[in-house]
Amino acid sequence: MATNAFQKIYTQLQAITKATVTLKAAGISNDELAKVAGRLAQVVKIKNDLVTLQVFSGTEGIPTNAEVEFFGEPPALNVSEELSGRFFNAYGEPIDGGPEVIGERRYIGGPSVNPYRRQQPSELIPTGIAGIDLNNTLVSGQKIPFFADPDQPYNQVMADVALRADVDKIILGGMGLSNDDYLFFRQKFEDAGALDKIISFVNTTEQPPVERLLIPDMALAAAEYFAVDKNEKVLVLLTDMTLYADALSIVSNRMDQIPSKDSMPGSLYSDLAKIYEKAVQLPDGGSITIIAVTTLNDGDITHAIPDNTGYITEGQLFLRKDTDTGKIIVDPFRSLSRLKQLVIGKKTREDHAQVMNTGVRLYADAANAKTKLENGFDLSDYDLRCLEYAKEYSTKLLSIDVNIKIDEMLDTGWKLFKKYFKVEELGIKQALVDKYWDKD
Amino acid sequence: MKTTGKVTGIVSNLVSVEVNGPVAQNELCFIDLDGTRLMAEVIKVTGSTASVQVYESTRGLKVGNSVEFEGRMLEVTLGPGILSSNYDGLQDNLATMDNVFLQRGEYTAALDSRKKWDFTPLTKIGDKVIAADWLGEVKEGWLPHKIMVPFSFEGEYIIKTIAPAGSYTIEDTIAILTDDRGNEYNITMQQKWPVKVAIKGYKEKPRPYKIMETGVRAIDTFNPIAEGGTGFIPGPFGCGKTVIQHAIAKQAEADVIIMAACGERANEVVEIFKEFPELIDSRTGRKLIERTTIICNTSNMPVAAREASVYTAMTIGEYYRAMGLRVLLLADSTSRWAQALREMSNRMEELPGADAFPVDLSSIISNFYSRAGIVTLNNGQSGSVTFLGTVSPAGGNLKEPVTESTKKCARCFYALNQNRADSKRYPAIDPIDSYSKYLEYPEMEEFFNSKISVGWVEKVLNARNIILRGKEAYDQINILGDDGVPMEYHLRYWKSELVDFILLQQDAFDNIDCQTPLNRQEYMLDLVLNVCNREYKFERFEECVNLFKNLINIMRQMNFSEFKGEQFNKYLVQLNKILDNGN
Repeated sequence: MATNAFQKIYTQLQAITKATVTLKAAGISNDELAKVAGRLAQVVKIKNDLVTLQVFSGTEGIPTNAEVEFFGEPPALNVSEELSGRFFNAYGEPIDGGPEVIGERRYIGGPSVNPYRRQQPSELIPTGIAGIDLNNTLVSGQKIPFFADPDQPYNQVMADVALRADVDKIILGGMGLSNDDYLFFRQKFEDAGALDKIISFVNTTEQPPVERLLIPDMALAAAEYFAVDKNEKVLVLLTDMTLYADALSIVSNRMDQIPSKDSMPGSLYSDLAKIYEKAVQLPDGGSITIIAVTTLNDGDITHAIPDNTGYITEGQLFLRKDTDTGKIIVDPFRSLSRLKQLVIGKKTREDHAQVMNTGVRLYADAANAKTKLENGFDLSDYDLRCLEYAKEYSTKLLSIDVNIKIDEMLDTGWKLFKKYFKVEELGIKQALVDKYWDKD
Repeated sequence: MKTTGKVTGIVSNLVSVEVNGPVAQNELCFIDLDGTRLMAEVIKVTGSTASVQVYESTRGLKVGNSVEFEGRMLEVTLGPGILSSNYDGLQDNLATMDNVFLQRGEYTAALDSRKKWDFTPLTKIGDKVIAADWLGEVKEGWLPHKIMVPFSFEGEYIIKTIAPAGSYTIEDTIAILTDDRGNEYNITMQQKWPVKVAIKGYKEKPRPYKIMETGVRAIDTFNPIAEGGTGFIPGPFGCGKTVIQHAIAKQAEADVIIMAACGERANEVVEIFKEFPELIDSRTGRKLIERTTIICNTSNMPVAAREASVYTAMTIGEYYRAMGLRVLLLADSTSRWAQALREMSNRMEELPGADAFPVDLSSIISNFYSRAGIVTLNNGQSGSVTFLGTVSPAGGNLKEPVTESTKKCARCFYALNQNRADSKRYPAIDPIDSYSKYLEYPEMEEFFNSKISVGWVEKVLNARNIILRGKEAYDQINILGDDGVPMEYHLRYWKSELVDFILLQQDAFDNIDCQTPLNRQEYMLDLVLNVCNREYKFERFEECVNLFKNLINIMRQMNFSEFKGEQFNKYLVQLNKILDNGN
């Protein structure tokens, strides 16, 4: 981030709040970056000759005579193949001890794709996890978050998904990652021997929260380089978007904006949409798929962050602990992949839709039987079989520690149906029963 | 001379401009940013400072950038070629933009000025005409597209010349009109109109009096929407809001469909882009896309243009209405539009109303809904704009400002119920909470009596009542247990299940069940009511459960079979046999 020679240096701040400083300056453009007392800041408001800057790392200790230098350009990232395998901070500066990346300088947070030029997503992303592949199949170009309580192993699941997915590049955008989780990702990527296809932009909890606001745009600028310029399949991981939204609310609060629901800024929907809508299937084969994490407060999806997210993303993967088996499962009732019908039965076996629906329906019957049991009613033979089925279904298919091929998931489904039920109880199309019931 | 100005302040897409002359509220201007012209609209004027909302990203804008005011409001271009086009919220043609990314400051023409249209005059020299009168027509796909006297013309005009039948572009003069002072006006096939002003040019706007058929039973039978009526669909995410909208768009008995994708997912719009050109309209045998226009401002496109998009869509709807056509306008979602209003109000530091929405939200929404309606044109023919909007209530909670404001002005309410969606009872339109005020209109009742059957409304209310009583019985059964309630309760509950499964639930992905014409809806309602009105005697409640499960299964098969076809009749025979044995 070189500054121009003869760049004017300002030294008189007019106002300082916790996140912003205001000073008199001329010829400043909206969104441009500056350095205030050595800290990175961005122009967020201009009123005549008064310029307000948002200081990413906070304003603690900044004096009214601090030096302010303007860069004359918005935040940017140098893009080239050299990005591969590197770790960066929120400003796109290397944190792995390596050299600066040399490449074309691109402004982050660029324009949106013309919706008319988009292609319909149609390629399946296998993850090995049946709760995803079987019930909520992912498609390249999709955007989908994990909804999970903070105590659940969402980062581990996401790392697994990323490493198993058949993609050219994986880009990690870590916001408010604990240092432990950061090291976990690093170790996991190294162990998998996949470092060369991974690019990471990380803001840890040790760093100021407002910095996080740059992470998604940095990650997506890199993603667009590989997807658009190189026609590659790119998977972007964003964790944790709840902490990103918290940072948004901090800034809007400091700027005296009137909060809307749950003290989030009124523009939360647009802010999140700008990020998630970067997911795209491009006409020349490149794609950007976004898998994010939205942590919930005790499973509450009516909070403004998961609620707005749900309206933007193409479904959600809901992690929950199954108390009957002690396993973490992908909840088949509350999870949804809106794009799954684009690949189910088209890119997968013909019986996929029926096995999926039947499996979930029986699991629902088991849930009803469980309620009956808890309320002290007598259980029928069917109820008892459902309960037994549910345990095995949960362990063998829903659990996140499953790692098998889709055909194997379907075969497992058939085996469980046969083990616990009669054909008449399933209501599956006869042609499929004929083909798969006695398969082995 | 044009008013010009200089930028004096910037907060996100709100820019203040110091002006040197008169400016009007809602006037358009262009801000020059190193040669790129950014479109913006005046939303507030204080002294010589105009606050403008920019339809693009304001990155890089500086104090001192020059601004040029246009002396006009945001307008759409109206003329042949609108149908099957894909526009953004400002009516830029998305298909003619070559870049993969939307370029800032790139504006494209709404209509193709080179395309030739076969024009047939409908008037002759010497005729007296007023605004919105039909001068001639061209064929746009299979629809007669009327070329009208511009809506902005006041008073009476005399046709001095009118072009003979032949091919013309939208820029060719097809008529010359003279006013009473002898001034002459060249008329082409295109005209412009400001989006925030309703197109009048009709004689009167009566109360809606006939149904707009959608083929969806939960709507047509239970909560019908009138032609020229208004309705809205609120629902939490994942309730099938989009599926219902698409079903209506495919099936509704309308000549023109306008879909405003307002702040929603881009991949869903892609689905429309890719699917509609393939789909065939069952009534005309033509491609659906030929009668469809998509106004698309997805959630990541600039917020101010999102606000404009619903107005652009409505104005285009009113234009086709003036041709005597039936227009159906679908907006998904009006909550995103309201959020755009909120973002701007917030930046202008206005005192907020509930949930930080602007205080006049309610009047803005009702003003917009009031632009729908059926009208009698100057020549006595009728045209209509039927409006159906969706609302995305935060957290699925209907007690929020957008839903409440919309409820005040929309006449139909289609509540999507999360529980119904969870148990896969689609469409998830709640049979108890939803309503259609049109069922109460005497004009509508008269229409039903003559077009469907006498006493139709009563039958519908009857079916609704069965649902209501079934729910009450279900609650009792849940509290007291299966054996703790009288047999009558089981019967009531299962009758309501029958109505639910056979009439309310409908498979949008089944080729036959997805669309039920009115005569079939009438037949099935009668059939279901007949079954419900029979006397039943059961010893044990299981008998009731089994009989009704059986009935539901058979009647569902009927829904999946061709109406009165061989299969259908076979199931009917089966049904009657069971009913006769059942007692």
